[in-house]
Amino acid sequence: MNVRELRESCLRQVRTTFCPGCGYEIFINCFLKAIEGLGRRMDDYCFTAGIGCSAWVPNNYFRADNFHTAHGRAVPAAIGLKLANPDLEVITIGGDGDLASIGGNHLIHAIRKRVPIAVFCLNNYLYGMTGGQAGPTTPLSSRTSTSLDGNSEEPFDLVKLVLSVGGRYASRYPTAYPHLLKKGIESMLAADGFRFMEVVSQCPRQYGVRNESSAASSMIAWQKEHYLSKEKARGLSSSELNGKLVFGNFRTAGEYVQFLTEEQ
Amino acid sequence: MPHVITVDHSLCRGCNLCMELCPKSIFQDSADIGPAGLKVKEVVSPDNCTGCGLCELCCPGAISIDPLPHEVFTSICAEQKDRLVERPARGGWKQVNSLLTPGRYFMTGNDAIVEAALAAGCRFFAGYPITPANEILEEMSRRMKGLGGKFIQAEDEIASVFMVMGASWAGLKAMTATAGPGFALMQEGLSLADMAEVPCVIVNVQRAGPSTGQATRPAAMDMREARYGSHGGVQRIVLYPDSVQETFDLTIESFNLAERFRVPVILLSDGYLSHLSEKVEIGERLRIYDRVYVPGEPAFGPTPDSSAPSMPRFGDGEDLQVTGSTHDRSGKRSTADTSVQENLVFYLDRKILSRREELLDCEEMFLDDAEVVVVAFGTVGRSARWAVKEARKTGRAVGLLRPRVVYPFPSQRITELSKSGAKFVVPEMSQGQMSFVISQCITNEVVPLPQPNGQIIDPRRIFRYLTEGEW
Ligand SMILES: Cc1ncc(C[n+]2csc(CCOP(=O)(O)OP(=O)(O)O)c2C)c(N)n1
Ligand code: SF4
Ligand code: SF4
Ligand code: SF4
Ligand SMILES: [Mg+2]
Repeated sequence: MNVRELRESCLRQVRTTFCPGCGYEIFINCFLKAIEGLGRRMDDYCFTAGIGCSAWVPNNYFRADNFHTAHGRAVPAAIGLKLANPDLEVITIGGDGDLASIGGNHLIHAIRKRVPIAVFCLNNYLYGMTGGQAGPTTPLSSRTSTSLDGNSEEPFDLVKLVLSVGGRYASRYPTAYPHLLKKGIESMLAADGFRFMEVVSQCPRQYGVRNESSAASSMIAWQKEHYLSKEKARGLSSSELNGKLVFGNFRTAGEYVQFLTEEQ
Repeated sequence: MPHVITVDHSLCRGCNLCMELCPKSIFQDSADIGPAGLKVKEVVSPDNCTGCGLCELCCPGAISIDPLPHEVFTSICAEQKDRLVERPARGGWKQVNSLLTPGRYFMTGNDAIVEAALAAGCRFFAGYPITPANEILEEMSRRMKGLGGKFIQAEDEIASVFMVMGASWAGLKAMTATAGPGFALMQEGLSLADMAEVPCVIVNVQRAGPSTGQATRPAAMDMREARYGSHGGVQRIVLYPDSVQETFDLTIESFNLAERFRVPVILLSDGYLSHLSEKVEIGERLRIYDRVYVPGEPAFGPTPDSSAPSMPRFGDGEDLQVTGSTHDRSGKRSTADTSVQENLVFYLDRKILSRREELLDCEEMFLDDAEVVVVAFGTVGRSARWAVKEARKTGRAVGLLRPRVVYPFPSQRITELSKSGAKFVVPEMSQGQMSFVISQCITNEVVPLPQPNGQIIDPRRIFRYLTEGEW
């Protein structure tokens, strides 16, 4: 099926309310392609979400059982569902603020508890829904509506965070590489145990407009310039890696740290 | 083979991503302005297309590459509807055998909660350690597995209540138990349980506050929080027993009410009752209610008669949308419509208020001719009962009203009793919380008898008040 057809059969409506150029559309499309690729159906899965633009992805649109909880609380709700009925395939979709700030404690404890759920963090670098305030992943010196002079707080590297508390499946894919993102989602859904993916996603409406560009296309170009797959990054020297962010699927902190430069 | 590429102009947002990602420069601006106010795209040189799919992956549904013949495409949705029909309806009243051998037991209030919850069919417990509710958590960790239930120690009370709600939507009867600080953390979740109509039981073993206060000491200082603590402030069902036997019975009742009304039910206890050991009679059979599910019925209110709607579980094939946002009867968010919001809020209240007669459950003693009505809740009822009996012996026209169901507040009963012109006195293990609630229903004199000192109220103190008027 083409994406349009997948959207018609798997989404509650094809037309969404995301802003033009929002990266969440790419995530949705890649997700649909991934479940098709696995020979699965949307309603084989069930979803929990917090509050944010990211939470609307499953709750407003995915034609499957959905629990739209409260801001940050999607992970404990997913744990409740999964423990109560281990036959359910439970997926959590949230934002960076949702999963790494207000829900950050739930996230790290879910990893420790080894509950077999799949968590997708749609990282647009800030609080999109509430107007573009700084969040836990906002890069240093980025401008947001609460850091007009540039963010002065250190961002979390979510992959590092997950691996450093014992996560055994942490991946990162930017929306600029839809085919790789789709493959990443496919492997994640096919795997067992607690799985985490950071989906680096452009938010032209809140982030772009205050930083590099309000055009989604130039944000995608920026991602392409700065994100490097781990296959391409392997063997590069620290200075060659400088300023680059590596993406792919990582199973241990040891595997990941080789791609980090001094500053990171 | 050449590819067929189209752009649906009604869906094109003009985001330019297709132009950015297409390696073959197949898209360009058309002259038309789309719904988003930006130029919609058109296909210029389709013959160069390699079918790589990048354009459709970045597009919100406007681009279509090589569409399938119509029959093949609709198959997925049709199958889904078929699956729903196969499912039988379920739920309602049933009789079950008691888990414990019928007979007399000696147990603590906290143990009674565990035993009764398990007997009522509770098969999921999530909790976080806190005095004086710890024994419930510990005992649940020991007992759940043997019954095929699930136990999890959460990272905090926020997680506990959200895990409980997740389990509830998976179809299990679920509960958590906490005390003051933890109960405060649960209020966000409880508000969602109100709004999304999630049945669950929350035990609050009250201790002396504010804040950490006296963690091991009894109090009844969360009485109003239990009803009004959450944002939104819709009606709640709150129960408070006064003995271990009643703790057992009201725990079962809490589950039955949660399942019947599809609400979070708050079962109050306190630092005294939780650790008090008393005799409990366990009968042979129990009457248990399981949430009702009728396939295909809307899963949310407002129902026409304000009764609880059908509750499917995740995995039933209903494509549930469970949300704390304002929603229609299918669960679809509807946050712009003022009437949907208003009808929903009134319905959530009415679901409980329209059945308040049935929910009225009070112990009453000597009320026919009482000039002084002692109103006591939970543990204080024990002291008040003794004091009222003793005061009667001295010829005082005193009586006792002890609501086991604290909320919905028995205001009709209190109004009836007020007609005699009686004075109401309200001994409380707090600074006086419920006396205020009573004084809101009636114009009679209402005397608060507050004792927020972390101690149960000495029956002799109430007796002295009734006979000498001194507190
Ligand atoms: C307890 C609580 N605090 C604050 C909010 C307001 N709020 C709604 S969405 C949101 C931020 C969303 O940011 P993120 O999770 O990154 O998702 P995005 O919108 O960026 O996808 C906030 C703070 C809330 N709903 N609940
Ligand atoms: S605010 Fe940002 S994240 Fe939210 S829909 Fe718009 S572009 Fe997407
Ligand atoms: S990607 Fe889709 S929505 Fe965006 S400009 Fe192209 S056709 Fe229009
Ligand atoms: S399928 Fe590939 S080559 Fe063809 S139009 Fe889309 S992006 Fe361009
Ligand atoms: Mg965000």
